[in-house]
Amino acid sequence: MEIFGIPLSALLGQLLLGLVNGSFYAMLSLGLAVIFGLLNVINFAHGALYMMGAFLAWMGLQYFGISYWLMLLVAPLLVAVFGIVIEKTMLRWLYQLDHLYGLLLTFGITLIIEGVFRSFYGVSGQPFSVPEQLAGATDLGFMILPNYRAWVVAASLSVCLATWFVIEKTRLGAYLRAGTENPKMVEAFGINVPLMVTLTYGFGVALAGFAGVLAAPVLQVSPLMGSNLIVTIFAVVVIGGMGSILGSIVTGLALGVIEGLTRVFYPELSSTVVFIIMAIVLLFRPAGLFGREK
Amino acid sequence: MTKALDIRGLHAWYGESHILHDLNLSVEQGEVVTLLGRNGAGRTTTLRAIMGLTGRRSGSIRIHGVESIALPTHRIAHLGVGYCPEERAIFSSLSAEENLLLPPVLTDGGMSVDEIYQMFPNLEERRHSQGTRLSGGEQQMLAVARILRTGARLLLLDEISEGLAPVIVQALARMIMTLKARGYTIVMVEQNFRFAAPLADRFYVIEHGQVVEQFASPELDAKMPVLNELLGV
Repeated sequence: MEIFGIPLSALLGQLLLGLVNGSFYAMLSLGLAVIFGLLNVINFAHGALYMMGAFLAWMGLQYFGISYWLMLLVAPLLVAVFGIVIEKTMLRWLYQLDHLYGLLLTFGITLIIEGVFRSFYGVSGQPFSVPEQLAGATDLGFMILPNYRAWVVAASLSVCLATWFVIEKTRLGAYLRAGTENPKMVEAFGINVPLMVTLTYGFGVALAGFAGVLAAPVLQVSPLMGSNLIVTIFAVVVIGGMGSILGSIVTGLALGVIEGLTRVFYPELSSTVVFIIMAIVLLFRPAGLFGREK
Repeated sequence: MTKALDIRGLHAWYGESHILHDLNLSVEQGEVVTLLGRNGAGRTTTLRAIMGLTGRRSGSIRIHGVESIALPTHRIAHLGVGYCPEERAIFSSLSAEENLLLPPVLTDGGMSVDEIYQMFPNLEERRHSQGTRLSGGEQQMLAVARILRTGARLLLLDEISEGLAPVIVQALARMIMTLKARGYTIVMVEQNFRFAAPLADRFYVIEHGQVVEQFASPELDAKMPVLNELLGV
């Protein structure tokens, strides 16, 4: 079967690949949105922390023989601890200043993290094989579904939806939403806002670490994998609207899919399409598709 | 009995601006005290300084006997203080009911949600509306109501009657009377002298970040000439 001269299986294959990429976009831009909302910091280090998550998974397996599944829990926790140290010692002093200072600091941190990994591992990728439980593919009749890719989409969607649920529907989320609007008032109600800020940053970067571990078997584990992704992620955040939770999830997935489909119909445009969409969105809705004008 | 609030030699700054200069003020348990003064005299800053929401502070602020000058804002709230700011600070990303339920319970003895809805039936009707979609009066009721749930016994209310219709101002006056009867301690900043006069036990007049005059409500009539001069009421 063919659509516009493209075999259906190829189309579905690219669609799945788009969903996989979209899952990474969604998880990373979600973390950025949560952090920006409460901390007012544009966390440029997000890509580097995603790379760190992937490397931790690789190192765990390589040096200590720790399984992918355990590292899926441990690596995000380690990334969170690393993030909390950064927040406590450095970011904390910048909240009252312009966004630019947070961006500069986290950009510097990115260079340091990437530099350290490059000096140890070079720029070529480290191989990371798919865990054996998810190796292989399932024949759905109309397409061959690689098990690991299906897992990536399912796992990241679950994490994104759980995050959305906690933020929009629970009491803890109400503290977070209120803190995003008026942190001083929330603190005056007796809530330990500085602690909440620290934990939020930890959670946001843990999402990046989690995405990194998920990505390790699909993409190559390389010190530059974060830089390759972060520019696209920022475009996703701009399109979705800075600070919008649902917006970043939906936009991330949608742009992954659009990118995948572009790769089928007009491959030359596939690496640019996100930025074209960004330009159009900025022209008509400067605050982003889901953002509110301030 | 320990005082609900005892402020000694308080100085407070916003950045480089020195706003409060050696302010002294004390409030007994169960008292309703009103801070009078012109705009910019430092009344709002006094309330904010009690909550630790100004810049640097020095001096002494004892809340229910506990020194709080070095405590962060969230610890000060846990001494049993409820703060209702002038701008009301209703959260637009929360529904009216989420706004009401937001402040955590600090100690036992706060009002139940049912009691609050009995006191302010409008809030129950509009509980699913976005907080900032409520009318000005409803938002003001919500801003006060949400600190009644927490069990805070010392309430700091900043200009709660400002810009509201007379019916709502009367409802708020009845609320203050009810709270007073239940033994709450209240410190109000008020521009609306006629609202504050019948409610308060004592008055402080603040000028240039200092207390320049204080008197109890029976002396009110005798003090009117001085007040007229100080406040231009």
